Amino acid sequence: MGVTKKFMFVNRKAPYGTIYALEGLEVVLISAAFDQDVSLAFVDDGVYQLVKGQQTKGIEAKNFSPAYRALEGYDIEKLYVEREALERRGLSEEDLLVDIQVLSSGELAELMASQDVVISF
Amino acid sequence: MLHIVNKSPYERNSLEACLRLAQPGSALLLIEDGVYAATRGSAAEAGLKDAMARLKVYALKPDLEARGVAGRVLDGIQLVDYGGFVELACEQPNCQSWL
Repeated sequence: MGVTKKFMFVNRKAPYGTIYALEGLEVVLISAAFDQDVSLAFVDDGVYQLVKGQQTKGIEAKNFSPAYRALEGYDIEKLYVEREALERRGLSEEDLLVDIQVLSSGELAELMASQDVVISF
Repeated sequence: MLHIVNKSPYERNSLEACLRLAQPGSALLLIEDGVYAATRGSAAEAGLKDAMARLKVYALKPDLEARGVAGRVLDGIQLVDYGGFVELACEQPNCQSWL
C-alpha cells in the first residue's frame, strides 16, 4: 500500500456545453480505486453540475447528474461548493442534488491550499 | 437579425458583446450554456432584462430542461423547441452565432 495523498478535484464548468464536467467525473470515479483522500470542489459554473431536475432527453445526451449521488458509495464524501458561486447564479443549497458543504471563498481557498494534488476541470 | 448565444454569461463575454452590438428589434436566442443567462435571481438577470426592452428574447427549452433550470426562466422570455429554432432562423433575414 502506497502513501495516501490529499487530492482535490476542482470543477468549474457547466455540464453538457463542454465535455469537462463528464470527463472530470470519470476521473473522480477512477481515483476512488486508489484509496486516496479525495475531495471535490464546485466553483464558478461548476455549481451547475449539481442542479436538481436535469432532464436530458431533449438534447439526446446522457444525464450524468445521478452519478454525483453515487459518489458516497465510492467513499467520496468530501464535497464542497463555493457560496459566492451559488449566489451569483441565483442558486441555493436546496437547488442541489447532493448533500454538500457550502463554504465561503476564503474557507475553500484554505482547503485548496492544504492539498497535495489539485486537479482542475 | 437572429443573434444566437451558446456560452454561459459567467464564462465568456459572448452575451455581453451580443447585447452591446445587437440592434433594437433583433431577436436573441439563447441555447446550450447560454440558457443560464435566462434564469431568475442570477447576476445576468439585470442585463438581460434591459435587453428585453429592445430585443425579442428566446431560449431553447430542451437545453433549459437538460440543465435543470426550465422552472427558473425569467418572465418575458419565450421558450422554443428545435422546430421553433428553425422557424426563427427562417423568418429573420440573417443570423449571427456569437461563439
